[in-house]
Amino acid sequence: MIGVNFNPQHYHKSQNKLYAFLFPFAIFMALPIVYIFSTAFKPIDELFAFPPRFLVQQPTINNFRDLFVFIGYGLPVMKFIINSLIVTLFVVFASVLFSSMAGYILSKKNFKGKKFLFEVNKLALMFVPIAVTIPRFLVITEIGIVNTMAAHVLPMIAIPVGLFLVKQFIDQIPNELIEAAKVDGAGDFYIYIKIIVPLTMPALATVAILSFQATWNNTETSTLFVSDELKQTFAFYMSTLTNASNSVAAAGIGAAATLIMFLPNLIIFIIMQSRVMSTMTHSGLK
Amino acid sequence: MMAKTKINQGIKKVGSKLSDSMTKTIHFLEDKNRTTYIFLAPYVLLFFTFIVVPVFLAFILSFTYFNGIQFPTFNGFNNYLYILTEDDVFMKTILPNTLLFSFIVGPGGYILSFLLAWMLSQVTPKMRTVLALIIYSPSMTAGIAIAVVWKIMFSGDEQGIINSWLLRLSLLNEPLQFLQNPDYLMPIMILVSLWGSMGVGFLAILAGLLNVNKELYEAAYIDGMRNRLQEIFYITIPAIKKQMMFSAVMSIVGTFSAGAIGVALSGSNPTPQNAGQMIINHIEDYGILRSEMGVAAALSVILLLIILAFSTFFSRILKEDD
Repeated sequence: MIGVNFNPQHYHKSQNKLYAFLFPFAIFMALPIVYIFSTAFKPIDELFAFPPRFLVQQPTINNFRDLFVFIGYGLPVMKFIINSLIVTLFVVFASVLFSSMAGYILSKKNFKGKKFLFEVNKLALMFVPIAVTIPRFLVITEIGIVNTMAAHVLPMIAIPVGLFLVKQFIDQIPNELIEAAKVDGAGDFYIYIKIIVPLTMPALATVAILSFQATWNNTETSTLFVSDELKQTFAFYMSTLTNASNSVAAAGIGAAATLIMFLPNLIIFIIMQSRVMSTMTHSGLK
Repeated sequence: MMAKTKINQGIKKVGSKLSDSMTKTIHFLEDKNRTTYIFLAPYVLLFFTFIVVPVFLAFILSFTYFNGIQFPTFNGFNNYLYILTEDDVFMKTILPNTLLFSFIVGPGGYILSFLLAWMLSQVTPKMRTVLALIIYSPSMTAGIAIAVVWKIMFSGDEQGIINSWLLRLSLLNEPLQFLQNPDYLMPIMILVSLWGSMGVGFLAILAGLLNVNKELYEAAYIDGMRNRLQEIFYITIPAIKKQMMFSAVMSIVGTFSAGAIGVALSGSNPTPQNAGQMIINHIEDYGILRSEMGVAAALSVILLLIILAFSTFFSRILKEDD
């Protein structure tokens, strides 16, 4: 038999030709990230070395120190990092909570406009936020949250993909389970907390990752909605830092900042990757 | 419990005195449905405020003259006409740029996602996890980090790593300002976006592939299927069609969002000689730099329609096999 070797549990030499492609490809994909790691730890003489070396010879944390003492707008970088942390924490918490609540109803309840809401949300999967930044700005002005932390948080919470994945995942929970709980006298809040949330953990982890990535990396809210420097985020600060100069010395600090942006994403994904994969099994779109 | 029964009794008392339709309305708001709306409200409210309303607003504003200060005045299709006939860069550079970029990065990233996921699904779990993580990780740099990564890689002086490699291989005589050079900006944008395109859609396809029922393959081979190509087109893709669709939408959205990268890479809007200018950047140019919000809104509508067209076209293709 030729095929039928999906998801093999053991090594077989027929896998060699796949590895022959996958290994070089993965190395190519990883190169820029490895280079950023290496650059972030390069001392100044290695940053200016010609020819430049790919890997750092004498690693130092000077770039990180420079980044942290670098006074942007007369404010320490830590302020922006803390802003980003606060904003991201709020968004992740709210998007997980709200999408799971709405996902439960959308999956297990009948109400007026259910089909409409699901279809609109499905259409919104195609939504590209930066396409409508200006009307968004008008909305944000109208509700009076310009220049507040809320302008970072509120627009980021509703993630159509998140609701979609959660809803698809909850569809897998048998209705009998919920009916049985109802017979025992459980209300919606009880069912939500005791049945839906525990059984939907993988999908919620996925929503958390999606909203974390979208918010932690976001520069638009600072660019457009929050001009008060005390309230801007680290991602935005980083974009001003690297736009200002293209020089080699900036490369070291830029790389250090990139690592600070990138590492939390990576760590969270590694911790949650198996949950993400089990959510993606139910991602099918008709 | 006491309060609840009291309320219910109250509702019944009032209900009996009112017409049938009123009774219905009251039942509608009764506890079971009330929690339905409490649970839905936060998401729906935010969803409509920050996604649906802005899209509608863009649509309405696209038919007005609006400078951001005075109240918008209706001016019919003038913004669209202006974009199509008078804006000399839109038809000449921006639309072709956007389409070129999307036709390469969209399908390119999508096919790459499928092929990689397909290969990964045929190796052992441990190696698969490690390799998938490496291939997925560039998509985590989406946004500002991806621009910084490649700015450093393509740095314009001889200390730039790519310049130094090319100099050493004698492919160049002197370092090139890659990101300021109109000839190189677009190819670099495409390369960078492809590099970061194995995101959620890639994971969805991989998850789909790992869950295809193996008996499907066995049965097909017994029925006379001959090679792996047949296997891919007759068994694998139909079996994960829904994930393929999800992934397609994700890659379309990802492609159009990534379009802004030209400005981030070159550090200027417009990009040098408009070489990397996309509709996304043009919207910002009109809306923020020139305060022509009506024109910007019309561009937003055009962009959303292009995205919708791509997605509809794609779902047609996938549905044809039914």
